[in-house]
Amino acid sequence: MKPGPYEVVIGLEVHAQLLTRSKMFCGCPTRFGAPPNSQTCPVCQGMPGVLPVVNRRAVEFGIRTALSFHCRVNAVCRFARKHYYYPDMPKNYQISQYEEPLAEDGFLEIDVDGAPRTIGIQRLHLEEDVGKLLHEGTMETAKASLVDFNRSGVPLMETVSRPELRSPEEAAAYLRAFRAVVVYLGVCDGNMEEGSLRCDANVSLRPRGAAELGTKVEIKNLNSFRNVERALKFEVARQTAALAVDERIVQETRLWDADREVTRAMRSKEYAHDYRYFPEPDLVPLQIDRRWVEEIRAELPELPRARRERFVSQYGLSLTTADILTHHGPLADYFEATVTDFSDAKAVSNWILSEFLRVAVGDERAIFQAVPSHNLAGLLRLIADGTITGKIAKDVFQQMVDSGEDAPTIVARGGLTQVADEAVLGGVVDSVMAANPKAIEDFKRGKTAAKKALVGQVMKATGGKANPALVDRLLEDKLSKIQT
Amino acid sequence: MYRPIHELTDAYRRGDLTPTAVAEAYLARIDALDGRVGAYLTVVRDQALAAARESELRWRAGAPLGPLDGAPVALKDVLCTRGVRTTCGSKMLESFVPPYDATVVERLRAAGAVILGKTNMDEFAMGSSTEHSAFHPTRNPWDLARVPGGSSGGSAAAVAGGLAAGGLGSDTGGSIRQPAAFCGVVGMKPTYGRVSRYGLIALASSLDQIGPFAQDVRDAALLLGAVAGHDRRDATSIQAPVPDYAADLSKGVAGLTLGLPDEYFIDGMDPDVERAVRAAIEVLKELGARLERVSLPTTKHSLAAYYLILPAEASSNLARYDGVKFGLRVPGRDLVEMESRTRAAGFGAEVKRRIMLGTYALSAGYYDAYYGKAQSVRTLVRREFAAAFARVDLIVAPTTPNVAFKHGEKEDPLSMYLNDVFTIPGNLAGIPGISVPCGFSVTGLPIGLQVLGRPLDEPRVLRAAYAYEQATPWRSRRPELK
Repeated sequence: MKPGPYEVVIGLEVHAQLLTRSKMFCGCPTRFGAPPNSQTCPVCQGMPGVLPVVNRRAVEFGIRTALSFHCRVNAVCRFARKHYYYPDMPKNYQISQYEEPLAEDGFLEIDVDGAPRTIGIQRLHLEEDVGKLLHEGTMETAKASLVDFNRSGVPLMETVSRPELRSPEEAAAYLRAFRAVVVYLGVCDGNMEEGSLRCDANVSLRPRGAAELGTKVEIKNLNSFRNVERALKFEVARQTAALAVDERIVQETRLWDADREVTRAMRSKEYAHDYRYFPEPDLVPLQIDRRWVEEIRAELPELPRARRERFVSQYGLSLTTADILTHHGPLADYFEATVTDFSDAKAVSNWILSEFLRVAVGDERAIFQAVPSHNLAGLLRLIADGTITGKIAKDVFQQMVDSGEDAPTIVARGGLTQVADEAVLGGVVDSVMAANPKAIEDFKRGKTAAKKALVGQVMKATGGKANPALVDRLLEDKLSKIQT
Repeated sequence: MYRPIHELTDAYRRGDLTPTAVAEAYLARIDALDGRVGAYLTVVRDQALAAARESELRWRAGAPLGPLDGAPVALKDVLCTRGVRTTCGSKMLESFVPPYDATVVERLRAAGAVILGKTNMDEFAMGSSTEHSAFHPTRNPWDLARVPGGSSGGSAAAVAGGLAAGGLGSDTGGSIRQPAAFCGVVGMKPTYGRVSRYGLIALASSLDQIGPFAQDVRDAALLLGAVAGHDRRDATSIQAPVPDYAADLSKGVAGLTLGLPDEYFIDGMDPDVERAVRAAIEVLKELGARLERVSLPTTKHSLAAYYLILPAEASSNLARYDGVKFGLRVPGRDLVEMESRTRAAGFGAEVKRRIMLGTYALSAGYYDAYYGKAQSVRTLVRREFAAAFARVDLIVAPTTPNVAFKHGEKEDPLSMYLNDVFTIPGNLAGIPGISVPCGFSVTGLPIGLQVLGRPLDEPRVLRAAYAYEQATPWRSRRPELK
């Protein structure tokens, strides 16, 4: 985007559903997709007289994430009640954190067009999710609506960035980096479609060079990476156009309409103006034990960016290759496990980036199971020592995926060993040349492409097992003799 | 009918009485008299008799569950009872049947107590007279023209009138101690967090505490011992072990220093109350206690602070009653209309008043001036008590400034609120307090002596109350209900 008269200022609020087995304040399971209201109890239904009890695991997940974002984990944090009336929220208040959040003041590093940027994180806090409304038809026309409280009380972690993102692309990059970290940490599955990762954005514009922030607009309902970027682009354009004709930007909450690809202002009734926060009297302030924080810190896994840097220095990979490999923890694990059995890291990365990802199409887990890393190493070893050709190897890999067998077994059974015997291949080349006089004529008339066709014929005759380099040399020899 | 629980269980042990006979006698008396007293909202006859029969089998087998086995008790209808409707004195919950027992109810059942029924209360525990029940008022067994106090007036009247041997109530600003004083029974508010609040329908979560009503101090100790203790379902419940409250009752007050707060003897209080309480203090002195004046100057701000904190928390706690999930629903054309109509029809005037006050106090721009300031006052109150308790072991004072008033006498909410002026500071500070009968007005109405103690010092509070009770004749006087 070319720089206009205004600077774009974006801050993101990301809600991540935590992968705890039980809910934030009761023992109900958090499984997705169970029959409506089957995973509820008096606590998450907000019945009279019941009380919340904090899920220790959720706090641990919050701390784990906070440390990964370089935040300060507060020695004492508090829960607070956030009030607004909505039927998917059983108590008509949400237990959240307000003045004393779990953690504050961190940052997340992102890449924009290959250049690193550090985006500040203002705070990270824990809260409970609300239930879900089901309408017959649309909300406006439904005769009745139903409430499913299965999701009510599921732990949420809200992370608020500082308004330091300067473009929709940066916002999307931030969200991707955020997702990579929480998935790496095992605290969230990162699934935006199922709503386990949700994003709201605050957008404003200000004249370039201005220190003060412009009037901000909050955008809700950004439920995919694509929508985040599109909605922000729309909103930036809308605000730019408004400012161009001296229109005042109204501080409001807007909803992204993914079908019509516009943001529209929510009616003021649809959101509360005053949440009337106050400290949750049913819970005592949470004292976070320093030693516990240090234990969690000691057990932090290597995060995507650190791992990427290490892949570049340790394995000599390009930044792009390292980036793809480390984006998803299990894939990086698989790469490293393979390298321990077969030390040519470049060959391993090439194979994973090409064949592996082509066959995997999204379901990497199945292949991790069918082709354990030592089996992939075995296959690469057969290529390296000349036992099989690269072309055969691709078929062997597919068979490994389908059957779960190792490479030597498949190669031995199929007789797929490479043919590199000069006498044998010479005979094949001779007969191919004899059977293709037209190709030879073409070659004599200077059509070098004709040689390629002959190579193909030889490969075909040998079932792909012929050593390609040897075939090439033999053909070269024999054709040059004919020419003279 | 006027035998305390420990005498009943002595009789069970000897075989002179059976839990079934006692339960039947109580149920018969409720049938005969409660039409006039109005202590109960729900009587669970069949359940009570079934529990009594089981208790009887245990006593016969020589294996009772403890000192409450077979004790007929009444529960304030603010406590959730599995399968038994729990109204909280409100139209909003007229037909609400909880699928769970409050922790205290579980513990009473586990102790073998026979639950007779659920008692009347001011709606959502907001009130000091039990006139604000959505169903009917409760009358004071000593004078049916007068209120029993509140909000736990039903349990107090039941115990006073021989309609239950003991009971439980909840105390947010005096709702156990004030009706105990008005009805001439023992009522105790334990330390905040001593008794689990799980299943207690919340009024003001940071102030609410469940406690016993009893015919004498020993029974209060037994009931408290049965329900107290940590509960993992209540994050605010205290981990400390529960002492045997009945064990040290008779150790006396010799050597204890009792503090007399200047601020609890005020102009305008009923002279009969002042006379009775001062006489009670003399008795304690004769029993060997040392007396010392203490000052709790923030007492005068307690009421104001309380009436900001309580409505604020209540407005939040009561937000869930919207007609969507349980309780009353008044249909409307859309969601907002349904919710508005439900809340308009389901809540009484006092509840609405406090929801409005609380909503205002928490609003942006007012929070610091109201809720924030009230919390500062609360901190001062707590500090003052702590400073006083550094010098004295217990504080003794009147429970209320006056005796039971007539129905309809206090129509102005403020004059009603003033009833709790001596009990509220204890809730703000979270300390234990008991009201024990200390005589009668010239008109024959009971007066209560309040004993306050350090956090978790229930044993000494009970000990002082017991020493006083044993030295005086008051507990032998009972109302004549016919």
